[in-house]
Amino acid sequence: MTRQRIAEEVFVPHRIIMIALALGLVIWAALSLRWDWIPRYYDLALQGIWRTLWLLGLSCLIGFALAVPLGLAQAAGPRFLAAPARAFCTVIRGTPLLLQLWLIYFGVGSLFPQFPWIRESELWPYLRQAWPYALLALSLSFAGYEGEVLRGAFKSVGAGQLEAARSMGMGRIAIFRRIWFPQALQRALPTLGGETVLQLKATPLVATITVIEIYAVSSRVRQDTFIIYEPLLLLAVVYMVIAGLLALMFKLLEQRFNRGMLG
Amino acid sequence: MDWLYALWPGLETTVGLLSLQPPGWGGNLLRGALASLQIALGAFALGLLIGTAGALGKLHGGPVTRDLLSVYTVVVRAVPELILILILYYAGTDLLNQALRALGQRPVEISGVVAGIAVLGIVQGAYATEVLRGAIQSVPRGQHEAARAYGMGAVQTFRRVTFPAMLPLALPGLSNLWLIATKDTALLAIVGFSELTLETRQAAGSTRAYFTFFLAAGALYLAMTLLSGRIFGWIEARYRRGQAAQ
Repeated sequence: MTRQRIAEEVFVPHRIIMIALALGLVIWAALSLRWDWIPRYYDLALQGIWRTLWLLGLSCLIGFALAVPLGLAQAAGPRFLAAPARAFCTVIRGTPLLLQLWLIYFGVGSLFPQFPWIRESELWPYLRQAWPYALLALSLSFAGYEGEVLRGAFKSVGAGQLEAARSMGMGRIAIFRRIWFPQALQRALPTLGGETVLQLKATPLVATITVIEIYAVSSRVRQDTFIIYEPLLLLAVVYMVIAGLLALMFKLLEQRFNRGMLG
Repeated sequence: MDWLYALWPGLETTVGLLSLQPPGWGGNLLRGALASLQIALGAFALGLLIGTAGALGKLHGGPVTRDLLSVYTVVVRAVPELILILILYYAGTDLLNQALRALGQRPVEISGVVAGIAVLGIVQGAYATEVLRGAIQSVPRGQHEAARAYGMGAVQTFRRVTFPAMLPLALPGLSNLWLIATKDTALLAIVGFSELTLETRQAAGSTRAYFTFFLAAGALYLAMTLLSGRIFGWIEARYRRGQAAQ
């Protein structure tokens, strides 16, 4: 956006009044609400933000890696692969994430100690912590939603493109890597950006299984100091900033992917 | 039944845990499912009301209305539902009671159902605003103009032309919103409202049969969402009658 267009959009009388009112509200909040708890929780809050970003990034990566075969199986796979992939997406999309999270942490987690070979394995120290379960639940959930998106994207790539690639003598893997996947990804990107913001909005749920991310920090402030609104307001601002950065990132990615495209 | 129990050792205890009579917890789960359904229906209806008003405001309102509505939709879509629920749940009851005190009335206890419907309805309203706005925008302009030319007023145009024409376009988005509403009721478990998820956790915690109960609750949610998918599909087919296939 050019500087002139920003000026044209912002310096409209009603927008100036609204911005002034919003600034007034911010100043009022800064002066009359309690913020003296911030210095004490500063380090913890930074750790919380870091943990949130880390959970978000890793679960989106794992989820996406799972979603590619899920989408491909549904779009073009044989029936014995398409049906289970379809069922997985339906179950993930049809039940609340909170329930999935609790099923994995309390349900699956309570089964593990019954097996001696798990108790004696290298993984056991990790399985006794909460974050692997949180990561697994978030990744599976992302894979379920993304699998559905990618199914549509894989289907929307024209059959002519694949035929042309085959007639050029490309192998199956080369066709997928160089023709099919890039085109599907370009079409799926806008939805992918939206789903990533939804995934960010799902992360506070892991606080219910004792993973200390940014929401858990705010509820600890609430329990320690009995201050209710201020941590929640600050938390809303933090989530809005992260969501805004994610949206910007995906916009840049889309521009990069659309280079050289017509229309 | 005895031969089945002999074949599958754990089945008898599972059936006992899920039975509807008091030693079993099936009744609690069903009551929770009913509470979830009630809140989801209320929130969806409230969301539709807010969404219709919001969409019309965004399309036909003045610049101030439009900017305020964008602030509403952007904030609700960027902040996690859980945080919004906590803010509205605490602040909403607090503000209402302060207002009542200022008017010289007694403070009221707000029931969980009302608070849940109000909070989830406000969240749903933001999404419904966008869905309905998109649907109204894709009704061809000529249809509005024709209605105007026949001398219909704004309300009549909306009721008899815009609404029926946009409904088939809005239905897929609305069915998605309904699914979000049913699943978002689970978040009320965190503020302590006893809907399906919280009932399940209590049943699981006191019997230590976590796996059984969470799977049973998952089946209940899945039944709700699959059934409503069918119903929405049926409504959509009904409203698309006589339209060219897309």
